[in-house]
Amino acid sequence: MTDRQYMRVRADMPPGHVRTPGYLRGKIGWVERTLGPFPNPEQLAYGLNAQALPLMRVRFSMAEVWGDASETPTDTIDAEIYSHWLEPAEAPHAP
Amino acid sequence: MTNDPPFAGHRWHDMGGGAAGPVPSEQHDFSLWEKRVDALMIIASSKGHFTVDGLRRVLEDMGEDAFETMTYYERWIASVNQNLIEAGVYTTAELAQRMTQVAARGTTYGEAASD
Repeated sequence: MTDRQYMRVRADMPPGHVRTPGYLRGKIGWVERTLGPFPNPEQLAYGLNAQALPLMRVRFSMAEVWGDASETPTDTIDAEIYSHWLEPAEAPHAP
Repeated sequence: MTNDPPFAGHRWHDMGGGAAGPVPSEQHDFSLWEKRVDALMIIASSKGHFTVDGLRRVLEDMGEDAFETMTYYERWIASVNQNLIEAGVYTTAELAQRMTQVAARGTTYGEAASD
């Protein structure tokens, strides 16, 4: 578990076309695998030439995402998030 | 999300985690025009006029009211149309002329092929 690469999803909330789910912003998960690079959909959406970025499949615990409302805290959810939305982070406290 | 500015961008389509009821499981067949809208999207993107990202962007910009009042493919054709105009495939004036031509065919035109 110590080799997990933890990342925090940026908590930004800009207007415009964004693919990063709102409910994951500010949450910490670990990189399940790296995909891509793929063109940035935030530029493609406006017909612009898009920068190719790594896409990270990030795994979050239900406890991290939903807190006390989580029915199955140790279950996980994966989301594929472009690298510019992720910042290195410390592991969150265990549930 | 606790310090959202007034200009906050968390918009209606980003529904994950929101309150929700049961998920309807019934299926239905798509009508001919809905299949044509789907095909048009594939043709337009394969020709490089726009991508699925552009489709999504316009759908999202249409706002929550459109989601409540329009069907899935009604929203799609509105988005495909706007993306094609933005890409310069045709002008709004050309669209207007064609819509008038099609309307002149009458409401029964194409009925035999609608199933």
